[in-house]
Amino acid sequence: MAGRWRDLGLAALGLLVLLLVPVVGAPPAIRDFIMFGMAYGLLAMSLNLLIGYTGLVSFGHAMFFAAGAYAFGLAMQSGKFSIPGAFVLAMAFTATMALIVGAICVRLNEIYFAFLTLAFQMLFYNIILGWVSFTGGDQGLMGGIPRPKFLGIDLADRTQLYIFCSVAFVVCIAILRQVVTSPFGYTLRMIRDNQERAAFLGINVTMVKLACFVISACIAGVGGILLTLFVSGAYPNFGFWTTSGEAIFMILLGGSNVFLGPLVGTVILRLLNDITVSYTSHTELVLGIVILVLVLGLRKGPLDLLADRWENRRQAKAQAVRDAADKDAQAGRDA
Amino acid sequence: MDLDALLRCVGTTSCVVTQLTSGMIIGMLLFLIASGVTLIFGVLNVINFAHGSLYMIGAYAAWTFYQLTGSYFVSALGAAVAVGMLGVLFERVLMSKVYGSNVLMQLLVCYAVVLISDDLIKIIWGPVPLSMGMPPEFRLPPIRFMGGVIPPFYLFMILAAMAIGLLLWLVIVRTRFGSVVRAAAINGPMVSALGIRVNLYYAAVFGIGSALAGAAGALAAPVRSLTPGMGFSILIESFIVTVIGGMGSIVGAFVASIIIGLTRSFGSIGFPLFVDGVMFLIMALVLIFKPSGLFGRPHR
Repeated sequence: MAGRWRDLGLAALGLLVLLLVPVVGAPPAIRDFIMFGMAYGLLAMSLNLLIGYTGLVSFGHAMFFAAGAYAFGLAMQSGKFSIPGAFVLAMAFTATMALIVGAICVRLNEIYFAFLTLAFQMLFYNIILGWVSFTGGDQGLMGGIPRPKFLGIDLADRTQLYIFCSVAFVVCIAILRQVVTSPFGYTLRMIRDNQERAAFLGINVTMVKLACFVISACIAGVGGILLTLFVSGAYPNFGFWTTSGEAIFMILLGGSNVFLGPLVGTVILRLLNDITVSYTSHTELVLGIVILVLVLGLRKGPLDLLADRWENRRQAKAQAVRDAADKDAQAGRDA
Repeated sequence: MDLDALLRCVGTTSCVVTQLTSGMIIGMLLFLIASGVTLIFGVLNVINFAHGSLYMIGAYAAWTFYQLTGSYFVSALGAAVAVGMLGVLFERVLMSKVYGSNVLMQLLVCYAVVLISDDLIKIIWGPVPLSMGMPPEFRLPPIRFMGGVIPPFYLFMILAAMAIGLLLWLVIVRTRFGSVVRAAAINGPMVSALGIRVNLYYAAVFGIGSALAGAAGALAAPVRSLTPGMGFSILIESFIVTVIGGMGSIVGAFVASIIIGLTRSFGSIGFPLFVDGVMFLIMALVLIFKPSGLFGRPHR
């Protein structure tokens, strides 16, 4: 229970820090950077629920990012929905899609799972590209997303939009935290470490995986909605395979064993991107080389490595304390 | 949705012949790529997500060799050999380092290679789509068959792919090399304990799989436009083929490639918007009713 209050306190603190950014008069560039970071951060954080906690390596997570974005954008453009209504509709759509894709994919072994999620993502991407009359094809949802006022909140105003996104973001992170610290979250880790044992203990592995898949997809969908609100449009590259690849890379950069690791990875990747773009147009080349160096050189993410070191040192210290205590006890017996 | 057009087409032999050949060339390109994916997976137990890039490099290499030599046959052979060697290099330097680790690391290595090769293609050959044009060897009058028209190159492509497939099957089933490879697929460490340098066989299998992708690229070069990123969509289809046919089965890849090729060519008349959807539907049905694929053995 104490852990939960601490987490909630930290979440409130995080929200406070985010909300202070416009108050202290940070330049719009920094605010934009944070908004992008929140949208992609939710994508990476939700993907890590699958990869890091459940051992489901999905290579198609961006399809739910795009699903949230397009469902929300289309609902708003139809003019029939308020923002909360469209939000709920987009969540329902993303969840349904995740349920269908997940029902087919979660029973398969690791490798099949990775490339079937990739394949479904490309199906979704091709539908977005092909159904020009509905989705605008490769132009994306043009003409802006209308943002009518609701409950006195006006999202057309940049500051109010920022506040809305920050709150949504922190709530999602808190939900994810709640999931991973709950018994359900420990079940996920057990499935990751030993699926057979989990099944022997009477856990319905398929259903748990499916539930995890849907939760994770919905959080990614919220990320998509935030991005849609922010850029006032939805574009097919939200759901392109490179977006999924980037999300996986963010997890590698930030570390999958630390809860907020993927978020750190998001910040690192966006910084890396911004820096390389200002020097060269061949960002993909640079990113690819960075990935190879990290994977083949370090064999894990830099933050995971630090976390491991720290853990090792703590254990060594604990061991030293135990040894000293043993020695004292020995000395006491000898005397 | 235009099912009437599809029915009308099925009613006339000329249309059927035309669609059959175009379906077969799609299918045969897919078969060459999917057989490489399935071979590498069957033996090394890794999915090469960068296989589409090898196909792309094959096509670009064939284009350059063709510009240099002017002979299509030399350039096709050259492209296959070059991509095969590149595949061996890729396996030795990068992939072999992540065999033991989890899928995530393999995925990331392949992702990196796809990014790097797409960008290198842009640097070397430029971002504008290239086209090779029909080589003079095949500028012959089209073959007329039952009222349909078949360009000679299409016939060559289909026969060449089938010949390569047959050769691959014979090598795997009939030669000593093939039996070692099959043994290594089942139990690598055991083969190694018998005094066979199994690493060399792994590299060779990766090289053969890559050469198949290179050959597919060279065969596609005269009839497709070359763009950076052309490998990715065909990679997805080749995955669908391997799932339908069964992982590790070359015969399965052959049958499934033809199914997908014909679905594409006839589907583009009857239900152009839903072709992808129908392909996925076939795959989903196979996964639900026979998860190991039509010709696959149940996976360990």
